[in-house]
This record gives sequence, C-alpha cells and structure tokens, in this order.
Amino acid sequence: MGIRERLSGNEAVAYAMKQINPDVMGAFPITPSTEIPQYFSAYVDNGQVDTEFIPVESEHSAMSTCIGAEAAGCRAISATSSCGLCYMTEMLYVAASDRLPITLAVSCRALSGPININNDHSDAMGVRDAGWIQLFAETNQEAYDNYLQAMRIGEAVSLPIMVCQDGFITSHAIENIELVEDEKVRKFVGEYHPEHALLGREEPMAVGAYATPVYYMEAKRAQAQAMMDAKDVIRKVGKEFGKLTGRSYGLIEKYEMEDAEEAIVLMGSSAGTAKEAVNELRAKGRKVGLIKIRAFRPFPSEELTEALKGVKAFAAMDKDDSFNGHCGPMYAEIAASLYAAGESGPKGISYIYGLGGRDVRVESIQRVFKELEKIAETGKTGKTYRYLDVRE
Amino acid sequence: MSWKASEMTADVKWKDITPGCNIYEGGTSKVVETGDWRTERPVLHAEKCRQCLLCVPVCPDMSIPVGKDGKRGEFNLFFCKGCGICSVACPFGAIEMVREEK
Repeated sequence: MGIRERLSGNEAVAYAMKQINPDVMGAFPITPSTEIPQYFSAYVDNGQVDTEFIPVESEHSAMSTCIGAEAAGCRAISATSSCGLCYMTEMLYVAASDRLPITLAVSCRALSGPININNDHSDAMGVRDAGWIQLFAETNQEAYDNYLQAMRIGEAVSLPIMVCQDGFITSHAIENIELVEDEKVRKFVGEYHPEHALLGREEPMAVGAYATPVYYMEAKRAQAQAMMDAKDVIRKVGKEFGKLTGRSYGLIEKYEMEDAEEAIVLMGSSAGTAKEAVNELRAKGRKVGLIKIRAFRPFPSEELTEALKGVKAFAAMDKDDSFNGHCGPMYAEIAASLYAAGESGPKGISYIYGLGGRDVRVESIQRVFKELEKIAETGKTGKTYRYLDVRE
Repeated sequence: MSWKASEMTADVKWKDITPGCNIYEGGTSKVVETGDWRTERPVLHAEKCRQCLLCVPVCPDMSIPVGKDGKRGEFNLFFCKGCGICSVACPFGAIEMVREEK
C-alpha cells in the first residue's frame, strides 16, 4: 500500500525526482513548470538528494547541461514549459540523435502569441518530431507515475523522454495522490550504468560526431528503430509498475470502448472531463466511448486502429493546431494509421479545442458527441477541420 | 559487435553503425580517410627541395611526415585535402599543385 498524500502536479513530479535522486539537474524557470526546479532545489539545499543542481541562463543551456551530464554517464533531468521548450529545440534533437536518455518534465502551456500562460499542448506537440518519447498525463497521479517509469523506458532504448502534464490544470491543482515508498521506487527505477560514457571508464569516447551523407541516414534509421522498440518497453514497464502499485499503464487507455459507436480521442487532463461526458451519455443509452492517448511518441498506431475500426464516427481532439489548413496533428496521425491498416469504415473529424486555457467542460465534449451522432446517422462527415467552443 | 571506428566504413549497415555515430576509442582520425574530396594534389620535386621544412608546420593536417633523420618524406595523401598552402610556403618552388585525376 502506498502513501496517501495531496500534492499539485508539479510537486508530485519534484517528489518523484527526489525519490529517484538523479545525478544532475540543469534548469531555468518558466511558468507553469517553475515550481518543479523550485521544489527540487529545496531538496538539494536540504541535503535530501545528492543531485548537482545547475541553475543556467537559458533553456538552451539547460538542455546542453543535460546532454553533457548524460553523456558523462549521469542521470540528467530538467523541467520546462512553452517558449522554454521551444528554446531547447535545437538541443532536443541533439539529445535524441546522440541517444542520451535524458528525462524532461513538461508542464504544457500555450505558445505566443497572443501572449498567454495557460494550458494547451502547442509546446510539446511542436517538438513531437525531435526524436523524444512523449508521455501525457491526465491527473497528478499519472504525472507522478509516468515520471517514475520514464527513466526505465528511456534508458532501455537510449532515447530521451518527456513527461508531459497540463500546465495549471494539473501542475497547480492539488489532488489526492498515492505515492510509492522510497525503497520501492529505488528498486523499481534502479541504477544507471550505461555501456559507454565519457567519464569513469578506461576507454576514451567521442559524442556528437559529424556524419557525412554516407553515414547520416544509417544513424537516423537506427534512431527510428529505437522509437519503434520503445512501444514494447512502455508496455512492459507499465505492466511491471502495475504489479508494484496496482496502477497499470499502456500506450492508450480505452474508456467504454467495447461496444462504442462514437468515440473521442484526446490526451491530457480533458480525459477526465470526457469520461464524465461519456458517463452521462451512457446513462441515456448512447453507445459512446473515449480513447486517451498516453504515449504520443512512439505513436500507438496499431492500438488506435484496433480500438477505432469498429466505430461509426470519431473525433480526434487536438489541444493545439498544425496550421496546415486542414486538421490537427493527432487527427493526421490517426487517419494515417487507419489508412495504412486499410480501415476506411470510421468517419473521422478533427477538433481543435482548449487553446490558451479555454475551458473544456462536460457540455463541450457533449457537443462533440452530438456532432458525431449526426455523422454516424447520416454517414456524412461535413467539415473535417473544426474549432470547438469558438465564438462565431 | 566490436564497433571499431575502422569498421565504420562507407558500406556499414544501419544495424552495425554506432548509436549516434558515437566513437568508443581514441586517435581515430588516423584511420579515417579525410583526403578523398581533394581536387588538387601536391607533387614534390625532390631535386628542388632543400629540406628547410617550412612546409611541415603550415600543413593544417598531418600530410607531410618527417622521418627520424629530420627530413621530410613523400606526401601522405590519405589526409591531404589539396589546400596548397605548402606549395605557397615553399621558397624553392619544389611543391607543384596538379589537378587530381581519379
């Protein structure tokens, strides 16, 4: 049995960091993730962890610090949000291609402009192709649980991993949470002993080599394989975590999907709201369901295809926009998954929602289901690219 | 799998390349041919060379070896990129740059 507590999402992640006791943290503050390094630096100051805390002058430097430390053979961590994540972007690619399993906590926030500090997924989704594994949490509990699993996942495939939660909605809201005992965490996470590292080894090593066109694509193909391999690792680690805590995790979570005819796919905190909407509609006899994506990278294409192939209509809800003029990024990937599997039955629409902290209510989700009901009845999708709850 | 730098040749397959092209040994520049994109090649006219060795320190790579006898030897074309600095530095016109033909 775990320890019952009540913590904000940021506090919960900082607490997980304390329990893991990583070697190096490089961090620069930005709303709404500031509290993570703030809480953690108190643990450092109190001597509760052995971590080298490096307060840097920018997020670019924070990620550079992590790259140097991880290459040296350390466990390196950071935390950021919004423009801070953007500013890291160059180094995010370096971390992934150098195959350094750094762990980054992201409290997701909108990007400027207009300037806005509230939640959406524009920051994390903007770096979705940087080569990082990305997990998204619905609740504070999931943010904590995902963080405890992150290093096991990243280190198994030598890829960095982002643990994302919704800024303010979970990062600052205090919820009941069940913590895992310190010794169980230490045993579960284990120690990091990379096969190759810059420090403390007999053999010399060079990281970040130049690759001419003759070598570059082979290196990228190997990196792509690591992301494919990460799927199975996420499943295994999620299952093992379930044995430890009673809370199992996979790539997606299905809610009332067994006989669902209409479904919504989304990720993050809105899943809780959507579950309530599903409950209310189920009580009225409607066959509706929800799929929550936990791992956006690697993308759970097989799981989503399997879960969606039987529905009449679905809405992929993106808390960000690709500004490609036709759909959100999650919709694009789901449509590609279905197409590749030869599934053309389900009618799908793309909804952009909750941008810049726009409230997402049970009624909002019910409006989406109302539209899906029409599509299921008529077989006509109408406009596939839609904005939810925007004033017309 | 040994992952030796000398095995990371132009025909290395993606399953055999080191993660991130990381290198796990020192001094590997010795085994990597960096002179393969030369368009001009230096030719030493030994009869004009006075062994003043002015060419040796101006070489940006390690293409002019000096023997135990203190005399320079033939160009090491494994590394030479044909920049021609040695040819300009030579006071005796002993180094001629010629077009590289393959």
